[in-house]
Amino acid sequence: MTALSHGADWDTSLLERYDAAIGEIAAEYTLDTYPNQIEIITSEQMLDAYATTGLPIGYPHWSFGKEFIRNEQAYRRGAQGLAYEIVINSNPCIAYLMEENTITTQALVIAHACYGHNSFFKGNHLFRQWTTPEAILDYLVFARHFVMECEDRHGEAAVEEILDACHALMPHGVDRYRRPPPLTLKAEEARLKDRQAYQERQFNDLWRTLPDKATTPAKRKGTFPPDPQENILYFVEKFSPKLEPWQRELVRIVRKLAQYFYPQGQTKVMNEGWAVFWHYTILNRLHEKGLVDDGFMLEFLKSHTNVMHQPGFDTQAFGGMNPYTLGFSIFADLKRICERPDDEDREWFPDVAGTDWRKTLDFAMRNYKDESFIGQYLSPRLIRELRLFALADHADEDELVVDSIHNEAGYRRLRKLLAEQHAQETRVPDVQIVRYDRDGDRSLELRHMGYRDRPLADAAGEVVKHLYRLWGFPVRLETWKDGTRVGRAVECPA
Amino acid sequence: MSHLIDRRENARGKSAVNRARFMRRYKAQIGAAVKKMVSERRLADMEKGGDVYVPRKDISEPAFGFGPGGDREIVLPGNRTFVAGDRIPRPDAGGGGGGSQAGHGDGEDAFVFSLSREEFMQVFFDDLELPNLARTALGRAERPTSVRAGYTTSGSPANLAVIRTLSQSLARRIALRSGIAEEALAIEAEFGLAVAAGQQKEAYDLYLELQRLLRRENALPFIEELDLRYRNRVVRPEPVARAAMFCLMDVSASMDEEKKDLAKRFFTLLYLFLTRKYREVDLVFIRHTDDAEEVDEDTFFHDPRTGGTIVLSALELAAAIHRERYLDGWNVYAAQASDGDAFGADSARSARFLREKVLPATRYYTYLELNSPHSPERPSALWVEYQVIAAGAANFAMRRASQRDQIYPVFHDLFKKDAQ
Repeated sequence: MTALSHGADWDTSLLERYDAAIGEIAAEYTLDTYPNQIEIITSEQMLDAYATTGLPIGYPHWSFGKEFIRNEQAYRRGAQGLAYEIVINSNPCIAYLMEENTITTQALVIAHACYGHNSFFKGNHLFRQWTTPEAILDYLVFARHFVMECEDRHGEAAVEEILDACHALMPHGVDRYRRPPPLTLKAEEARLKDRQAYQERQFNDLWRTLPDKATTPAKRKGTFPPDPQENILYFVEKFSPKLEPWQRELVRIVRKLAQYFYPQGQTKVMNEGWAVFWHYTILNRLHEKGLVDDGFMLEFLKSHTNVMHQPGFDTQAFGGMNPYTLGFSIFADLKRICERPDDEDREWFPDVAGTDWRKTLDFAMRNYKDESFIGQYLSPRLIRELRLFALADHADEDELVVDSIHNEAGYRRLRKLLAEQHAQETRVPDVQIVRYDRDGDRSLELRHMGYRDRPLADAAGEVVKHLYRLWGFPVRLETWKDGTRVGRAVECPA
Repeated sequence: MSHLIDRRENARGKSAVNRARFMRRYKAQIGAAVKKMVSERRLADMEKGGDVYVPRKDISEPAFGFGPGGDREIVLPGNRTFVAGDRIPRPDAGGGGGGSQAGHGDGEDAFVFSLSREEFMQVFFDDLELPNLARTALGRAERPTSVRAGYTTSGSPANLAVIRTLSQSLARRIALRSGIAEEALAIEAEFGLAVAAGQQKEAYDLYLELQRLLRRENALPFIEELDLRYRNRVVRPEPVARAAMFCLMDVSASMDEEKKDLAKRFFTLLYLFLTRKYREVDLVFIRHTDDAEEVDEDTFFHDPRTGGTIVLSALELAAAIHRERYLDGWNVYAAQASDGDAFGADSARSARFLREKVLPATRYYTYLELNSPHSPERPSALWVEYQVIAAGAANFAMRRASQRDQIYPVFHDLFKKDAQ
């Protein structure tokens, strides 16, 4: 076959031909995707998209402005290039292509985003369970209109105060174990109307004329809530004694967005690794079929290796583990284990060695998140290649200790530690609501369940203040360890 | 199946509103940063935009997170020499936060962003106003102003008056249709008669005629070029308030480089402020030693010239220029900067001239006295004389400054909104 194009230039019809060729290969590999909506944008529009975490529609808030300024500044100084693409977990799956890209980069992006990420969004269990890609765009439109309407009615400052407070609690506005009901624009609007109608029905001026009751109602028994609540924003939305209905709705909007982003944070390594694996596989296949020339491949390999670069811990460029490298390496290694296993692989991965790699990779993509994925599939060979080692930092020791390195004794331990490093509880402290004094002073008590003696950062004081703003009555945060309180409680008002 | 959309023509600057909100929220910090920057700048760079540093902690968004301390392991790539059990001294910074190793430095402590020249000045002069300008009597000067003046039948598409156009179209359609309707009614009646009388040929002709009429009715266009109406604007001269600002600077020998720098900074601020806030301001630059001369702004700010000191000469020149050019229909303001180091009787004579001749003709007169930061503050002869005036005149204000960073506060103080 003859190549689709030569040189770097492109137009929309060429993009369409590339997309068709790539789609064909993706179908060969049985990648299951949502339909694609590919949008060509300028670098300025890309900066805009950055500011709202990639979402095409956002409500107005200063923090997005801050994010925009930060990115713009870094981009202008050349400290940071722009990502080649942004892809949105929606159905149809929206991917942004920047106009400055060459055709090679565009092809890479189409393979990476429109087939790699897209199939991950559609297949991975976390996304299937926690997000509703059909409804997200509608919901964003609803959220934007609602926020702006609130600003008109109640003033920007009042809305901003609530949103600031909600943003501070965003990581704690997520249901981790129960799938929330799916969102639809109509249902949301209907629910909102109900809420307003209920309120209107409840209003009766006569109540004002009744004398105060002499006796207070009997105290309800037991603590409330009966079980600790991890979804703080949900609890606020449902039970805050002070919030107006529109304020509750704002809390709900932030909570829904937090929930939407929840799977992304837990599958960064897998998601990126999967996308890189597929752009690598698909573009190589394009070359095999003779659809692209050698110049194309050289340019592609150059950007691919740039993305894959993992600087060592002791170099200037080091910025942590590169999720692209780690994810891609594991998927590529898994493919190798399926196709050409050696004795070590047979010992470590008896279920996987020698199986059909497409099925194995598909299974891995669908059923894991970063933590379990690394825990399951990081092979000794990869540990050696990346020359991984673990440093232990114990509070009671003056020096750091090298815990384990890439040797026989260290493989399992390294794999476990790296998996833990990607677990939710090592990144977000476990803070839960344990008591709401409904019949007393309406105060709220939170408990931080200590994790390996790691204290909360000082910002906790600010977060508690924000929560107090939402709650309206005293808020108290304690740290507990093994059933006893440790350290000082954070309180607002202090 | 993929769908390709070219969004490049879509609106940019979706983030502009969020950026503006950020700026508004941190107005105080940005303002402080801008003011600090200006006091450190070279005169020539005064007007440029620039990078603003806002402390990162001021704009951080808090969230629950882990602080340093406690137990943790961290897996890193690129091991070369370590074996299990090796001990490594803890890096100083972070006290254990293994991931955030040293090397980030100061850059992390400040949030930096650029202000355009426009934004910079906006922030800078945000809450300043030329006093009393509002109450000014309108002068004879006129400025062409564009005002609405009904509708026209031709114009640019941007000015299309949609409602007016549609009402024209509706009127036209009603008018043209009514004739047809009447005619059609008449023909229908005739048609009925013809049919009743059994005159088939006539009836057929009438039927064709009716069809022709209906076609005509249907052929009436919804909008015709005839209907188009455009909003019309005409240019009309409007009387405007005009102001003249006299800048009087002492460049005598006793004004050393430092003081001159202060004076020039003050006048630069004044100049930028006036040229930005008011389009209709005439600026008169007068510098004096023992003799006063009117100069252009470039000479005023950049030419090094020194000599003795006679303040009166400048005041007299200002009064003369005022009589000559700005007597009628002008609002006159004046600012004077000097070290107050005047010869003998000059102070008293200047003060009297100021009180009797100059002040009655000006709306606001400011005096800035520049002291050396090294010598103890003692009121100059001029300052003492002027103080007497300040006690008795509402349109006179005086301040002193000895250091760069005082210039802006003094300036701000003199021109803040609602200042007298």
